[in-house]
Amino acid sequence: MSEEEKHKTDESRRQFLKNSGYFAGGLVGGGIIGSVIGWQIDDTNETKNQNEQANQGNGPNFNRALKFFKNRGVFERLAVATERIFPEDDHGPGAIDLGVPYFIDHELAGDYGNNERIYMSGPFHEGTPYQGFQSRLRRKEIFMEGLRVIESESQKEFDDSFVNLEGEQQDEILAKFANDEVNLRGVQASTFFGLLREATLAGAFSDPLYGGNTNMEGWRMKEFPGSQMSYMNEIENEDFVEMEPRALYDHLH
Amino acid sequence: MATTKDKVDVVTIGVGWTGGIIAAELSKAGYNVVGLERGEDRSTEDFQMMHDEYRYDLRHGLMQDTSKETITFRNNLDELALPMRQQGSFLLGSGVGGAGVHWNGQTWRFLPYDLEIKSMTEEKYGNKLGDEYTLQDWGITYDELEPYFYQFEQVAGISGEDNPKGAPRNNDYPTPPMKSTPILDLFKEATKNMGLHPFQMPSGNLSENYENPDGETIAQCQYCGFCERFGCEYGAKSSPNVTVIPTAKKTGNFELRTHSNVVEIIQEGGKATGVRYVDVLSGEEFIQPADVVVLTSYVLNNTRLLLQSNIGQPYNPETGEGVIGKNYCYQILPGAAGFFEEKKFNTFMGAGSLGATVDDYNGDNFDHSDLDFIHGGSISITQTGRRPIASNVTPSGTPSWGAEFKKNAIKYHNRTLNVTSQGASMPHRNNYMDLDPTYKDYYGNPLLRLTYDFTEQDRKLHEYITQVCAEIMGEMGADIIEEAEMSEHYDIVPYQTTHNTGGVIMGADSQTSAVNNYLQMWDSESLFVVGASAFAHNGGYNPTGTVGALAYRAAEGIQKYLENGGGQLVKSKSKSRLT
Repeated sequence: MSEEEKHKTDESRRQFLKNSGYFAGGLVGGGIIGSVIGWQIDDTNETKNQNEQANQGNGPNFNRALKFFKNRGVFERLAVATERIFPEDDHGPGAIDLGVPYFIDHELAGDYGNNERIYMSGPFHEGTPYQGFQSRLRRKEIFMEGLRVIESESQKEFDDSFVNLEGEQQDEILAKFANDEVNLRGVQASTFFGLLREATLAGAFSDPLYGGNTNMEGWRMKEFPGSQMSYMNEIENEDFVEMEPRALYDHLH
Repeated sequence: MATTKDKVDVVTIGVGWTGGIIAAELSKAGYNVVGLERGEDRSTEDFQMMHDEYRYDLRHGLMQDTSKETITFRNNLDELALPMRQQGSFLLGSGVGGAGVHWNGQTWRFLPYDLEIKSMTEEKYGNKLGDEYTLQDWGITYDELEPYFYQFEQVAGISGEDNPKGAPRNNDYPTPPMKSTPILDLFKEATKNMGLHPFQMPSGNLSENYENPDGETIAQCQYCGFCERFGCEYGAKSSPNVTVIPTAKKTGNFELRTHSNVVEIIQEGGKATGVRYVDVLSGEEFIQPADVVVLTSYVLNNTRLLLQSNIGQPYNPETGEGVIGKNYCYQILPGAAGFFEEKKFNTFMGAGSLGATVDDYNGDNFDHSDLDFIHGGSISITQTGRRPIASNVTPSGTPSWGAEFKKNAIKYHNRTLNVTSQGASMPHRNNYMDLDPTYKDYYGNPLLRLTYDFTEQDRKLHEYITQVCAEIMGEMGADIIEEAEMSEHYDIVPYQTTHNTGGVIMGADSQTSAVNNYLQMWDSESLFVVGASAFAHNGGYNPTGTVGALAYRAAEGIQKYLENGGGQLVKSKSKSRLT
């Protein structure tokens, strides 16, 4: 990285921290919940958490409400799990500040959660690993079953709720799912974990219209400029081109 | 009770590249053509919200709805086939334009060697692979097919430059090659240093504004990076929707009927006489009689509709007899990833067929005397627009989630390049398609069953070409090089390529092929089956250029057939089973 690039990175990092109100609250263990669920946020901070604000305009972000999850506790468990998969670090925000939990909530309430485009006729057999998804469950049911067992495993292993565990303990629990070391009803644990991981990344990097990738911060981390209409003038450029990202919002406004 | 429509000259089952080409050519010649398309109508105006990776890539916005119709899959004859419940390994299209909307546009001509692969291989190397591999000549030579390749390239306006190791051309490409980029230049320089022969990949994303011989205009590509899996909002990607379909419509002889799903080809007296279809919106059934029925529904549905309609003899892997479903092939994908610690590339820019290629290891361009496989593949670098959700490439040893994963996925997002090959796929007697005994589609018809696994030939080709890819990556200066690996068995889950071929293969002999070299069925003279279903094997390139050439050849055959008032256009080498 050249000195100039490094300077730019530092600048954008500072800008990011300022924008996101990162210094606002602890992001460890249970403390994270404060930033997931807006009502606990400390309003006296210089800037509000991005999850509190609409991407554009000044009003509250009414998108930050739940249309699939009914129980705050389950939603918080989901949020903490996504943050372990894609954590906040020096590069920028993690899943929670990117709005990933809300993205997943909204997706589970619609086509995605209802397996609208998945062939769902029986008979159902487990199949070989090469035959792919064979569960009789819909994704929304898989998430609920997976989140239920995350909690029961946490209680069994550590005698506490998943959201109260230390980060490393939470990782231990999630690894059991990734490695199929726990049993779920109607679906393999690794299938659930694969969906959770994929949905977390989708929430981090999809167009902000879906409720994640807050203020395009996911794209900024990857220096992905989003939806540009043309690179005709840049395509032959020898140097890496940095651009302010654009979203689908720009197609209509 | 189905309602019978007025008879037409020609009906096409599906309106993508192949259906569109047939419709354009026959309607221009004055015949009336009906195109039945199960999906919705689409044009450039419907692609305005395309820059959405989640909707169009992850959620398959342009693809076939697998809740209604899919296939079943197993690796071998002893397994129970299970439904491919969602798309993965390949992405089937749906709607007007078909997969021609979301293809990349990489447009190749199969090599002369491909078309006569059995004869040329045996002449030079003997029966190298053994009898389990059902290698066949295609019943046509490259010289015979050359004009049709050019016809397709002209209609699509393909942008390209000379390929010193490619199939010989009688004409230049209609438009000059696309712009080169630092990524492509790095590949070209490295391969030149190795004594190979790089050139710019022939592209259906056009280098300049173009008007084709039918008067259709294709715009200049903007390199916006939303091409692979997307429709082009500029009309700058060659697609049926901006070329052959409007051409057909302008004649006044073409009627496009959307939301019309064909469930049966009607066969009377040894001839196809029409089709039965369902209006998927109203649920009504119709019969469309026609003098010529053209099956243009992609490899899988071409095969399925024949089996479902009891036309042709189904292939039997136990005896090797029969032809429908035979010689299913795929694409073998050798390659190497390179991670660059000190260099960032503009990977987010690009176009579906922005790339550079060497053909030194394709076909029989290199000597196989001391090798235990045949054929090879084109080797390319492409810059198709890296997408942030789908692409989270990390060096091996990185966990797939958590802090280290995130760090590396971000660090290497613009620091990774891939050299990949479109490896040829040889037919094997156990790789085939038939009807599933258990699972049904939305209309109550059996799903197609795919039985497929990689072969020894595939593994050896993969290993050899992967070494070449890794060597190129080394010459390009990558700090970490990782070679592509083949899974233990073919896996239906991760995306590999939508280059499925075979099932209704062409040839010179009705005993071993389903269609002649006009893609006319040996067992049903009024039925033409057009697409990569006709490939007797899959070559070392993306298939669409060859599909386009065969479609123009078929269009000429259909016209001859109508002018002649019927009859087989080609005499089979051996007697037909029916006579």
